[in-house]
Amino acid sequence: MSEKMATRQAYGEVLLELGENNKDIVVLDADLSKSTMTTHFAEKYPGRFFNMGISEQNLFGVAAGLAHSGKIAFASTFAMFAAGRAFEIIRNSIGYTKANVKICATHAGVTVGEDGGSHQAIEDIALMRAIPGMIVISPSDGMSAKKLIREAALLDGPVYVRLGRSAVPGIYEEDSNVRIGKGAVVRDGSDYTVIATGVMVNEAMMAAEILVGEGISLRVIDMHTIKPIDKEIIIKAATETKGIVTAEEHSVIGGLGSAVSEVVVQNCPVKMAFVGLQDTFGESGKPAELLTKYGLTANDIANTVINLKRL
Amino acid sequence: MAIDYEKLKKIACDIRVDIIKETYHAGSGHPGGSLSAADILTVLYFNEMNINPDDPKMEGRDKFILSKGHATPVLYATLAHRGFFPEEELITFRQLGSRLQGHPDMKKVPGVEMSTGSLGQGFSASVGMAMANKLNQSPARVYALLGDGELQEGIIWEAAMAAAHYKLDNLTAIIDWNGLQIDGKNDEVMTVRPIDEKFKSFGFHVINIDGHNMEEIVNALKAAHDIKGMPTAIIAKTSKGKGVCFMENNAGWHGKAPNDDEAKNAVTELGGEW
Repeated sequence: MSEKMATRQAYGEVLLELGENNKDIVVLDADLSKSTMTTHFAEKYPGRFFNMGISEQNLFGVAAGLAHSGKIAFASTFAMFAAGRAFEIIRNSIGYTKANVKICATHAGVTVGEDGGSHQAIEDIALMRAIPGMIVISPSDGMSAKKLIREAALLDGPVYVRLGRSAVPGIYEEDSNVRIGKGAVVRDGSDYTVIATGVMVNEAMMAAEILVGEGISLRVIDMHTIKPIDKEIIIKAATETKGIVTAEEHSVIGGLGSAVSEVVVQNCPVKMAFVGLQDTFGESGKPAELLTKYGLTANDIANTVINLKRL
Repeated sequence: MAIDYEKLKKIACDIRVDIIKETYHAGSGHPGGSLSAADILTVLYFNEMNINPDDPKMEGRDKFILSKGHATPVLYATLAHRGFFPEEELITFRQLGSRLQGHPDMKKVPGVEMSTGSLGQGFSASVGMAMANKLNQSPARVYALLGDGELQEGIIWEAAMAAAHYKLDNLTAIIDWNGLQIDGKNDEVMTVRPIDEKFKSFGFHVINIDGHNMEEIVNALKAAHDIKGMPTAIIAKTSKGKGVCFMENNAGWHGKAPNDDEAKNAVTELGGEW
């Protein structure tokens, strides 16, 4: 298994490799380069790094202009200020024009921790996946983040990449096959399925261990690509197991749970339940404390599966 | 070669006629702010910019961004007259199935360099384009036309700060200062004055001109070439609805199409054929 690492750290590392191989890659940040990890690229390729200052709207507008001049623009800030503050710039200047901009947004979800609710983006997946043509990626570990960002760099068009602040355990190996648009069964099982994304994939893996004790065989799917969503893997899970629980560090409104539901209700209705933020903002605290308070732990996932079984 | 100002004036007049026809046939659109910018676009497309209608994506071309994207009729009319697409197509403006969308769409219309309409964003993109030219060590220039009301958008000043910070002397912002916006005068809705002092303090070289004087437009655009290390802002004093007496300096013609009689009178006043 690959090492424990924050997905933002993986982003910083893979940018160096991409920058070396492709001189058209430019990186933009809004005074958070030491947090988003674009600082490594800035040090190595200062001529292709642009700090736009604390102006997220202009960050994405300028990224669109660079992209429409033949550059591959990686634009980074916190998820709150990308998907939130700059939403309409992303929608009109990047989405509507199909600009080749990779929006790599870090510090998503409640695992931002101590900064509190004002900085914990829990609506970004919903906002970004609503934009026509936008690809939405939410990697679960450092290894898959690198693989998915490498692939995103090769696609001509807008991609939103959701990255986290906190270190997460490795799930994939160097030779794992991780592809945009293809969910991955990271643990097979035959009774119920948890479809998770981001940091919740690791929680779901631990939930599977807990459920062994309950005599439940849990399938865990890493849905690292929220859009376009892997319909096939969802339909297969709905057909082969008795129910699906989704797990995301995001509001249950509009995110992964909604995306999976859209596939399930149209193709293969099956019992479902949703682990995520239940229409509430986050607050200050340690990441682990917040995951517990907001019902985002392995135990919560396991209990949700057990409750689904009782329905 | 000497510049034929009479010819430029004739082209601007033809473009104004087409602005009226476009909005008339569409039954909607923005004639006022299109008419105010007609002379500026004429000079840009027929005198200033290095562009090629036969190869709209020509490497090293200059780029024009209509940041005040609602003035779509003047952009389409100018592009059509310059040969980017057939003039006959102009009357399909804003209709279902037409590539001439209500606001400029770069994915549909040759010569449109950026989809705009949501104010402020075009200027921001033009900063990115000017930065790309610097990276590519290209001598190509970028021109952005901004509305005066548009200056109320915060992103304009974010972009202005960045343009000066990155010393984008290949970027020229032109402000179509007609003084009016949808709800009335800028001075009553939200004061944007002093425009020139604002841009100066943001690190721009500023040139004040009469935006309907062809010679002043030509000279200001040329003067910007010689300014090194900083972007240029040309503050062009204009009249909204310029050229059509009943539309001039009337905020009511910001986003309203002329009816049969109004369109006919306007075209006649402009010396066009109805």
